[in-house]
Amino acid sequence: MVDLTTRIGSLRLKNPIMPASGTFSEDLADVFDLDLLGAHVTKTITREKRGGNATPRVCEVRGSMLNSIGIPSKGVEAFKAEVLPFYRRYDAPLVVSISAGSADDFARLCAEMTVPGVAAIEVNISCPNIEEDGKAFAMRPSTTETVMTRLRAATDLPLWAKLTPNTGETTEVARAAEAAGADALVVSNTLLAMAVDITTRRPKLGNLMGGLSGPAFKPVALRMAYQCAKSVDIPVIGCGGISTVEDIIEYLIVGCAAVQVGTATFIEPGIMVRMIDGLADYLAQSGLTGVGDLTGSIRDEDASDGMVFMEAAP
Amino acid sequence: MIVPARNESSRFPQAPSVFEADCTVKRNAPVTGDYRLLVLNAPRAVLDCEPGQFFHLLCPTTKTFEPYLRRPMSIYGYFPEEGELHFLYKVAGEGTGALATLEPGDALNVLGPLGIGFDIAPDWRRLLLVARGVGLATLAPLALKARALDRTLTAICSARSRDLLMSRDYFEGLGVRVIAVTDDDGSSDIENVRAIIEDLIGGGGVDAFYTCGSNRLLKLLQSIGRAHAIPGQIALEQQMACGLGMCQCCVRAFRADNGIVHRRVCREGPVFDLQEAVGW
Repeated sequence: MVDLTTRIGSLRLKNPIMPASGTFSEDLADVFDLDLLGAHVTKTITREKRGGNATPRVCEVRGSMLNSIGIPSKGVEAFKAEVLPFYRRYDAPLVVSISAGSADDFARLCAEMTVPGVAAIEVNISCPNIEEDGKAFAMRPSTTETVMTRLRAATDLPLWAKLTPNTGETTEVARAAEAAGADALVVSNTLLAMAVDITTRRPKLGNLMGGLSGPAFKPVALRMAYQCAKSVDIPVIGCGGISTVEDIIEYLIVGCAAVQVGTATFIEPGIMVRMIDGLADYLAQSGLTGVGDLTGSIRDEDASDGMVFMEAAP
Repeated sequence: MIVPARNESSRFPQAPSVFEADCTVKRNAPVTGDYRLLVLNAPRAVLDCEPGQFFHLLCPTTKTFEPYLRRPMSIYGYFPEEGELHFLYKVAGEGTGALATLEPGDALNVLGPLGIGFDIAPDWRRLLLVARGVGLATLAPLALKARALDRTLTAICSARSRDLLMSRDYFEGLGVRVIAVTDDDGSSDIENVRAIIEDLIGGGGVDAFYTCGSNRLLKLLQSIGRAHAIPGQIALEQQMACGLGMCQCCVRAFRADNGIVHRRVCREGPVFDLQEAVGW
């Protein structure tokens, strides 16, 4: 019997597989028993009601997709009244993803979401900071540290910082989040991208640009997860393009303690359940006792220069 | 493959109602003009459908086509006793292009049944179906159910030409009175269709409208429905990613009591109140 449990700070998960924010909701309970998952992660909510972006909100590119959904949100009160009670029936810990356009609003929402039934708060700091120049908080170490410090003061719950790949300062941002009190890093959000219809010459997304997710994005997010795991002591949760058990194993090897599965659920809604079984099978067949045997087991000692060059690889 | 029924771990288990099911292609051939009929052998579990619901199809990848996301497709027919699921489609892009390459014996994974289908309220006795082209496919299961409920049915079928009239035989076979209108003879002109509907209302009477797919027909039926206080429903389309309600991709605007609201076509629909729908 292999041990699928994993620890994310003070939180113990019965397995390391959970959904990525924005690709999961109560609706998936129509397909399988959600208690099979390691944790539940909500779509990002904001304090105020938001309508979201113009359609088309999604388009596909070869073997992957772009989205610009735009965080439509029912607001915090509707979330507490309608969504939170749904998850009480499950043992799996509930992770609530939140976002805001300013550090003030972020901290206020973080405090408001610190309520029974919420096991951890994932802070989507990959969203634009409207007080600065519209650049996402997590694009720079300084804005990351500022907002994370405010969030840390606003809650006693575990704080997971969701990073963005749209930065040239991955390790610095990761260290800034850790220094400001993050309990874990989720690596990462989607990569800013674009697609154009050559017949109409219009952008394929109503919002012009959107985030790339799916298998094409995996090597980028895996590289970031590796960099982060090398740079911080807090757990790293890998997220980006996972669509097979082998992808999960890869993320664990580079140092992740758990993973989030997103876009793959759109193609195969039951895939996370199959991956939990597949991971257990892999561990058993490999003679490993648990997830911990894989986490950080990468054999990169021969490539020590990699640490120097990894921010500027060609 | 039916995924997955391990509910014993939950204290408040909810039985799965949506399935990822591997089906086998029984037939996949052209029927009328550009339209093709896909007949699948489907597991019994996925055949508890309602008219107006849809499936999310995992179209194959071929040398030419590489669809990535599933493609939503309304159900043309579901036959639990025969174990068959029917779809009527027109090759329009990557997904339907790939679908057209399927041969008898090939596998196709479907997710469903999904969405909320048509209502037939107890006092809706005389039903009028109005649709154009492949929109009629979506109304075919509704006609079958309405016949089983002993409702009186009239269908106005619109098309470019007589040889492109979809499903006319199917509807007539069900005892539906079919009024065919075409662009070729000008009878599909919106004012002519209005006159036909007004005659039907003034004659035998109409209790409810059902439509699908055409903005012009939506606006016409909304106007006639308001004037005569006749309710109705419309099945709407929108580009989808997950099909289950998670991704918020497939929203459309609707007129609600409290102003314009956005609803998910996959979850709150694809069938909506006729008057609440907003034209496009």
